[in-house]
Amino acid sequence: MSVKKPAHPTLAYSFGKRRGASVLLDRLFTGLVWGTGIIVILFIVGLLFLLLEKGLPQLSWNFLYGLPSEIEEGGGIGPALFNSFYVLIISLIVSIPIGIAAGIYLAEFAPNNKLIEVVRICVEGLSSVPSIIFGLFGIALFVEFFEIGLTILGAAISLAFLNLPVLTRVTEESIRAVPVELRNASFALGSTHLQTIRRVLLPVAMNGIMTGICLTAGRAFGESAVIILTAGVSTSGEMWDFNLLSPGGTLAVHLWYVQSEAIVPDAQEIAQKTTAVLIIVALLINIVFRVPLWLNERKNKA
Amino acid sequence: MQPFIEMNKLNLYYGEFHALKDVSVQIPERAITAFIGPSGCGKSTLLRTLNRMNDRIPGARVEGRVAIGGIDIYSGEVHVESLRKKIGMVFQQPNPFPKSIYDNVAFGPKQHGIRGKKKLDELVEQSLRSAVLWDEVKDDLRRPALSLSGGQQQRLCIARALAVEPDILLMDEATSALDPISTFKIEELTHELKDRYTIVMVTHNMQQAARVSQQTVFFLNGEVIEHDATRQLFANPVDSRTQDYISGRFG
Ligand SMILES: Nc1ncnc2c1ncn2[C@@H]1O[C@H](COP(=O)(O)OP(=O)(O)O)[C@@H](O)[C@H]1O
Ligand SMILES: [Mg+2]
Repeated sequence: MSVKKPAHPTLAYSFGKRRGASVLLDRLFTGLVWGTGIIVILFIVGLLFLLLEKGLPQLSWNFLYGLPSEIEEGGGIGPALFNSFYVLIISLIVSIPIGIAAGIYLAEFAPNNKLIEVVRICVEGLSSVPSIIFGLFGIALFVEFFEIGLTILGAAISLAFLNLPVLTRVTEESIRAVPVELRNASFALGSTHLQTIRRVLLPVAMNGIMTGICLTAGRAFGESAVIILTAGVSTSGEMWDFNLLSPGGTLAVHLWYVQSEAIVPDAQEIAQKTTAVLIIVALLINIVFRVPLWLNERKNKA
Repeated sequence: MQPFIEMNKLNLYYGEFHALKDVSVQIPERAITAFIGPSGCGKSTLLRTLNRMNDRIPGARVEGRVAIGGIDIYSGEVHVESLRKKIGMVFQQPNPFPKSIYDNVAFGPKQHGIRGKKKLDELVEQSLRSAVLWDEVKDDLRRPALSLSGGQQQRLCIARALAVEPDILLMDEATSALDPISTFKIEELTHELKDRYTIVMVTHNMQQAARVSQQTVFFLNGEVIEHDATRQLFANPVDSRTQDYISGRFG
């Protein structure tokens, strides 16, 4: 049973005309997106190169560890680098629990009324207030009200206030984004609300919350206005000074200081090296917070 | 047969909307009772009144009586968590937690205070065996649950529900998102489970109800139209609306 071949095989079947305009537009769009992507990546790589090229090769342990010098060459950034981490960690210790708790409250417990709506709008507004406002608040609270002067403690808590709104919002949104099916699964197994929050909602929302923490940690690490106003521009001049009431100039502030005020002859060089350190640490912060997430993701996602 | 679950003049309102109307149904122990009816007739709502998942819906209000083993589950004495421990629920979409297979099954027991690796290991194995999933996953219980196929995920959800050692299993269209072979496996599974559990299943698939259940309740617009032994209901429906539905004239 052989099938007769059609007389004009080429005419027998056709897929219709090509839809010229839409195909062209698709190509154009694809090209545009690729082009933009490449330009942005080149820009970022170029920027990183510019910022790191001078400072990075000159970095030494002596510089990272050393005490700053006011007049002579060869000063280090030890105390400022230490303060950066110290202030950051204290501010996170204060802001993470409070921010997450507030986010959980807003997502899970807050009643649906006008007052809570207003609170939400305030939180949103506060997360975009310029940081210097929080610096002024810090002065009012610590310098003027408590009269403890320019301190690490004041800076850390002011930074915590700066970051609270963002953390609260991010936590609320991440918890709300947890699929309702998972919530139902947990409740249907007889879990209490607290168990559901601890064992299902927070773990699933952790990715988003971590992004928020990275964001705020990066912001706190690079913040200068709040620190200048509440902790001053200088350090106690000693390494490993854990005293919360010491002046708390951080690395970002130090950068500003050497660029604009310092009289040491190698100010330019110190600024370049400090820039390199700031960038590397900011990247490291992201990695440190991300690695556990990546590992977890590998374990739990298909 | 002694009724195990008794609904008496049960009414449920979502705000103004009257979703369940004077529902009185008695469900026997250790058998499969199927609720059939078109979409939106209130099957899921009814199922949720049994483990009080409707408590979580703002504006939902229940009137009437639901008794399980003679105890009014809406009376103040019943803790909703201990009620739900006795009643497993399987949902329409497989909803495993983004955790490992083991952690999914062990989740419920842990929330109810069971500690100790040995006891948990036992429970996990036993539940996975009951859900006929053990042989497929026993080599690597640390695998993410989300790497399983849809049908396996749904059986995992059944195992997860069984792990808290319930007496009742509620299944809300548990196979409607699955392919025919997975559906068949779960139907087989319910057949085995019915000797140990009281199963209430909701389905809009009449053939499924006819295949697996002993009792069938036909539901329409929040009302019970007909309730009978499955064979009887499909062979000789009394109400003309039941007749219309099972012969495929609507729904
Ligand atoms: N949370 C809710 N709020 C308001 N109305 C609801 C809610 N859930 C279900 N309903 C309504 O109740 C009726 C029954 O719904 P449902 O029980 O989901 O039906 P079925 O499971 O039979 O498809 C539908 O009309 C639906 O719109
Ligand atoms: Mg339904």
